[in-house]
Amino acid sequence: MNLTLHVWRQKGPRERGRFVTYRATDVSADMSFLEMLDVVNEGLLLKGEEPIAFDHDCREGICGACGMVINGRPHGPKARTTTCQLHLRSFRDGQELWLEPWRSRAFPVVKDLIVDRGAFDRVIQAGGYISAAIGSAPDANAVPIRKENADLAMDAAACIGCGACVAACPNGSAMLFTAAKISHLGLLAQGQPERYERAAAMVETMDAEGFGSCTNHNECEAACPKGISVAFIARLNADFVRARLTEGRRLEQVGEGGV
Amino acid sequence: MNLDARIPQGPLEQKWARHRAELKLVNPANKRKYTVLMVGSGLAGAGGAASMAELGYEVKCFCYQDSPRRAHSIAAQGGINAAKNYPNDGDSVYRLFYDTVKGGDFRSREANVYRLAEVSVNIIDQCVALGVPFAREYGGLLANRSFGGAQVSRTFYARGQTGQQLLLGAYQALERQVARGKVEMFPRHEMQELIVVDGRARGIVVRDLVTGELEAHLGDAVCLATGGYGNVFFLSTNAKGCNTTAIWRAYKHGAGFANPAFTQIHPTCIPVTGEHQSKLTLMSESLRNDGRIWVPKKQGDTRPPAEIPEDERDYYLERMYPSFGNLAPRDISSRAAKRVCDEGRGVGPGGQGVYLDFAEAIGRLGEDAIREKYGNLFEMYERITAENPYKVPMRIYPASHYTMGGLWVDYNLMSTIPGLFVLGEANFSDHGANRLGASALMQGLADGYFVIPYTIGDYLARTPRHSVSGDHPAVRAAVDAVRARIARLMGIKGKRTPTSFYRELGSLLWERCGMSRNRAGLEEALARIPVLREAFWRDLTVAGEAGELNQSLELAGRVADFLELGELMVRDALAREESCGCHFREEYQTEDGEARRDDARFAHVAVWEYTGEGRAPLRHEEPLTYESVHLATRSYK
Ligand SMILES: Cc1cc2nc3c(=O)[nH]c(=O)nc-3n(C[C@H](O)[C@H](O)[C@H](O)COP(=O)(O)OP(=O)(O)OC[C@H]3O[C@@H](n4cnc5c(N)ncnc54)[C@H](O)[C@@H]3O)c2cc1C
Ligand code: FES
Repeated sequence: MNLTLHVWRQKGPRERGRFVTYRATDVSADMSFLEMLDVVNEGLLLKGEEPIAFDHDCREGICGACGMVINGRPHGPKARTTTCQLHLRSFRDGQELWLEPWRSRAFPVVKDLIVDRGAFDRVIQAGGYISAAIGSAPDANAVPIRKENADLAMDAAACIGCGACVAACPNGSAMLFTAAKISHLGLLAQGQPERYERAAAMVETMDAEGFGSCTNHNECEAACPKGISVAFIARLNADFVRARLTEGRRLEQVGEGGV
Repeated sequence: MNLDARIPQGPLEQKWARHRAELKLVNPANKRKYTVLMVGSGLAGAGGAASMAELGYEVKCFCYQDSPRRAHSIAAQGGINAAKNYPNDGDSVYRLFYDTVKGGDFRSREANVYRLAEVSVNIIDQCVALGVPFAREYGGLLANRSFGGAQVSRTFYARGQTGQQLLLGAYQALERQVARGKVEMFPRHEMQELIVVDGRARGIVVRDLVTGELEAHLGDAVCLATGGYGNVFFLSTNAKGCNTTAIWRAYKHGAGFANPAFTQIHPTCIPVTGEHQSKLTLMSESLRNDGRIWVPKKQGDTRPPAEIPEDERDYYLERMYPSFGNLAPRDISSRAAKRVCDEGRGVGPGGQGVYLDFAEAIGRLGEDAIREKYGNLFEMYERITAENPYKVPMRIYPASHYTMGGLWVDYNLMSTIPGLFVLGEANFSDHGANRLGASALMQGLADGYFVIPYTIGDYLARTPRHSVSGDHPAVRAAVDAVRARIARLMGIKGKRTPTSFYRELGSLLWERCGMSRNRAGLEEALARIPVLREAFWRDLTVAGEAGELNQSLELAGRVADFLELGELMVRDALAREESCGCHFREEYQTEDGEARRDDARFAHVAVWEYTGEGRAPLRHEEPLTYESVHLATRSYK
């Protein structure tokens, strides 16, 4: 099959980008989408032109490195599928495709289809962890956890941090990403001691990083290759409100020599 | 080359405890004066960096991905072993130790493996404390399954995403230390050179993959946790960026390279579909718990599987290994698949495939039960092949997956270069000639969480502190060497892409130094690799500039190193005149085609020493002595 690609080319963060048109000729429907780009890139290299830069690593849909907007949809046309797991059989022979990087204020373009997602790491740094010093853990079965909670925590923890949710959101919000981590840890007994401080700190950092606010478009869930549910956003909101309420109370207690 | 493994004295069960008691400690107030460089942020790297930072050391951590959370450990599916014996089915530290030594075909160090089995229980505790959402039973306790040929259920798992969850636990611990200011993280930085000053590892040169700038980082010790080199075969289950560059630089500075020919070929991967193939996808081994493996009895039988009657099918693993059947260890299953395909009984396009059939399990347990267990794997298979494995059997074939070989380390995980420590898949330590399923995650976290935090202190406490300045001649020489090498790659301006050389090297190694090897084939490879390497340095083309993000330059650098490593693998495979574990030399097999070990001549670790450009490396031996286990012939019949 043959495809026409309009690819966003941008030399660096401060350069201006533009679409450049390439043809992928004689590619097979069994190829993955990234293998098709490999073929195009080999052709460019042989012509002495710079290959199209794109992030990828595992090519199995788990590392979260890959991702681009294909005809307006993050990760392309197939639901619950990362770019690296797309195959050309999801496209028509002769189809025209527009390939763009994630577009979001918090994710500046590095080059071509590559963006800087460092803001996600900084949201995790704000509190997306459990402070358990290495070596001091009690026996793993000392605290039983309801299977439902463990399963739900795993649903949330399945997030691969690719950023498609941000790219899909008209506001560029990172609510789904942040909510997934807050829910994962907040559903487990081990995550309780830091639960509310975690929610407050992560949400504050998310705002500070330039992500937009959530106005319930739910585009994030539709774009998420792991199908993370927007229901987790409600958990985030509940924890965040509780954090704000208890913060005031705690400050009073500290003032009275409490805590 | 000094290959003293520094195994502690005393009975096996007491070695680690005694050793820990005897290790020197760094005064808590002094720890912050030490800087440790950690290259890699997988389970071993992130775990090690987080635990050392927790202890008070200043840590700098490097990875080539845009975030440490994307290290290749993320892709592990099946699970992690631990001798918890929660199911009460007879497991123990000793049994896990014994299974690992036996699985490795008696080519690993007893003391190391015992320690691994011992700390395995702490790993699970630690991971749960960090919030890893392992699978649980209805009563709220942790679930276990049997995996990869084990006869007890000692594998912990988080759906089909165990590596992801373990890595996110370690990543979060790492990010916590970043927030505390104890770890400085350098994503998109690739190590290009090791800096050795007065015989000690003191720093690294990295290339900032965004700007192309070269930076020297100095410290009191260097840890490499850069993963395995399975990508030397071009097609493998490893992530595309996995490379040998870091350990190869260290080798060229004098670090011994142990057992480079011990590479594991995993039996259950999705077969190659065509020329364009860029990587292979693993189908978790856990599938073998319920799937039955078969090929048609007749050669060249092209009927669809459903039309092949029961009595015309050969369930060859069940036939050849009645007691382990479909759960026979990886090396054995892979070789058996190759054998039936070589006989012309393979299935699918090109005949390079065997069936993994769930019909019987679906009949017995129902489709829902199978979906509950393996749903995501079935989905993944269907996405790639466009075939529905609930209806037609999966097709699988072996693929390069893991490397047991790696830099030689002593009991403290230190290489032959003082101050250079090697963790995780990058070292050779615990798996001998074959790794058991669910044991790599265990080893990565053992090294990172529970071994290096102790042993690094001992090294630092015993080593006088001298600071090295940025303009020390060794630092400048290292940076210059990297600059020159990059300029050379950029300057060839030939006609072939890095990928074209890479594919050629990969298929040569796969054919001659893959699942089965013989002298003639290895000698041919040994003659052809230098020719290919020479062509590479004459005819390579790389686009763009060195001073910017340049993925073709990154790949060219990695391929250049694979072209050298490939040769060392072949040499090692030639020198080891026996069959053991994953290393199968056709000349050394029993009448029914099983591996024939030669304990009299080869019960040792082969350690290679670099002797300079264009000169043959030297082969040294670290003898393996077994005090607790009896060297048996592995039998899974
Ligand atoms: C598909 C798949 C499934 C698997 N499933 C299982 C399983 O179920 N159970 C099990 O026990 N094992 C499994 N394994 C094996 C296991 O995942 C790996 O052996 C293990 O995760 C390796 O961890 P590591 O920390 O040593 O290295 P990695 O996780 O590979 O990390 C390497 C790190 O080094 C960095 N790095 C590499 N080179 C450089 C460089 N030159 N400069 C800077 N940084 C560099 C990378 O960025 C990365 O951060 C599986 C492997 C594969 C491929
Ligand atoms: S490359 Fe890893 S998720 Fe796509």
